[in-house]
Amino acid sequence: MAKVLMKGNEAIALAAIKAGCRYYFGYPITPQTELLEYMASELPKVGGVFVQAESEVAAINMVYGAAAAGGRVMTTTSSPGYALMQEGISYIAAAETPCVIVNISRGGPGLGNIQPAQSDYFQNTRGGGSGDYRLLIFAPASLQETVDLVQESFTLAQKYRMVVLISADGMLGQMMEPVDIKEVDSPEDEEKQWALTATEGKRPPRAIYSLYLDPVELEKANERLQANYEKVSKLEERYELLQMDDAQLVIVTYGSVSRIVKSAISLLAGEGIKVGLIRPISLWPFPKKAFEQIPDSAKGLLTVELSRGQMVDDVRIAAKGALPVHFYGRCGGMIPSPREIADEVKRILRGDKS
Amino acid sequence: MKTEKIICAGFGGQGILSMGQLLAYAGMDEGKHVTWLPSYGPEMRGGTANCHVILSQEPIDSPIISQATTVVVMNLPSLRKFEPYLESGGLLLINSTLVKEESGRVDVRTLRVPATQCAIDLGRDEVANMVMLGALLALTDVVEPDSVIRSFDKAFEHTTPELSELDVQAMKLGESLIK
Repeated sequence: MAKVLMKGNEAIALAAIKAGCRYYFGYPITPQTELLEYMASELPKVGGVFVQAESEVAAINMVYGAAAAGGRVMTTTSSPGYALMQEGISYIAAAETPCVIVNISRGGPGLGNIQPAQSDYFQNTRGGGSGDYRLLIFAPASLQETVDLVQESFTLAQKYRMVVLISADGMLGQMMEPVDIKEVDSPEDEEKQWALTATEGKRPPRAIYSLYLDPVELEKANERLQANYEKVSKLEERYELLQMDDAQLVIVTYGSVSRIVKSAISLLAGEGIKVGLIRPISLWPFPKKAFEQIPDSAKGLLTVELSRGQMVDDVRIAAKGALPVHFYGRCGGMIPSPREIADEVKRILRGDKS
Repeated sequence: MKTEKIICAGFGGQGILSMGQLLAYAGMDEGKHVTWLPSYGPEMRGGTANCHVILSQEPIDSPIISQATTVVVMNLPSLRKFEPYLESGGLLLINSTLVKEESGRVDVRTLRVPATQCAIDLGRDEVANMVMLGALLALTDVVEPDSVIRSFDKAFEHTTPELSELDVQAMKLGESLIK
């Protein structure tokens, strides 16, 4: 497919369909409603199933059902809707059923507003459902990266039998950029030995559940989950590094705001100030390996987020106390300009701010 | 070509977002890197709309414009809101049919284009955006007018040959006001 100019929300929907997604359940919420609209219009044309559920709680449980039956299934929502899905996500994680979720987050807490924000980092990476579970989470920064990750997410969800979450915000959902969306050849998966398909009288029925009344059995189930998470955390750390050589300071930032940080880094380079960049692409597993690349020249780290400081906790863990970790963030839908970020870097380098 | 950072702003219904989309489609058609970012929010009919369009030979970092090379305003609230975004020496296009007031900026190049009146003269006030676009393309080398015309089908979902012809006429009228 040649490059086309598409709105982020619609590009995600098309990428999912081209990756073989045939089941979609969701509930409208700004700023991701175009995604749902696109699915409603296009999914039936390829023989897929679109259901506008009565609520996000219903939508995520429909996802659970379709995933248990072995379908390539997706739901999408925005922050308060994602909060409503937490219980279902915990059940899906416990049942090791694969699905893809997209959270086009907005300003919070509460109903907040519909402007771009990254204050769902905790909700995304720590989760709100019960138990020891993890999601594989990607946070793209451009629409091309978004569609590529959405398509790969379907493969990874099946491979690891995990929920894969795409974390983005209204800026990526609403903007248009040229994208090249690949046709994924024969997205049919291997026969799933666990899926609740018809027995046709040839095999015993299967069961998918998250209830283990026997503590011995539940601990075993947890150990199986954790072994899988350990494998994922070894294999799926992803990040981008930029201009790390001789950097005086390294900024750690992700998603939409990382693009503004890159503009700030260019501004600073023009003034002779060398600033490097670590951009986590996977939020879980958090890319700890990237922090081994920090040059000796760096006097500190600066985390920039569209929140009042959430990913900065993971940055502190990854930095292991080796360097001071500063924070700069805006929230509520406010977005810093490249100049504001550049000024913050200069304040830190002057020692005005600890 | 230098990187063009264009803010288009006006009333909802004036074709502000379409004007920006045409620039973005045309830029992509010419092999440039482009981004288009609309204002979105709890808007109402008759409220304000704006979009940020960037065209560049290089990959684009921030899609949000903090210093514009060009600002196109179709109504007064947009002039007041967006004239401060213009870089010194930048281009300010004002729809003079609806905006009688002057810009407060003396360090920029200001052009007053009677876009809405021209569109009314053509028989449809909806094509004021195309008059403005024609003027913009005559003043700058952002994209070629032909690339814009080739993008009509993509930017306008329900266009007809008659409407496309009117759009071309409106663009040419805008261009003729400059030359």
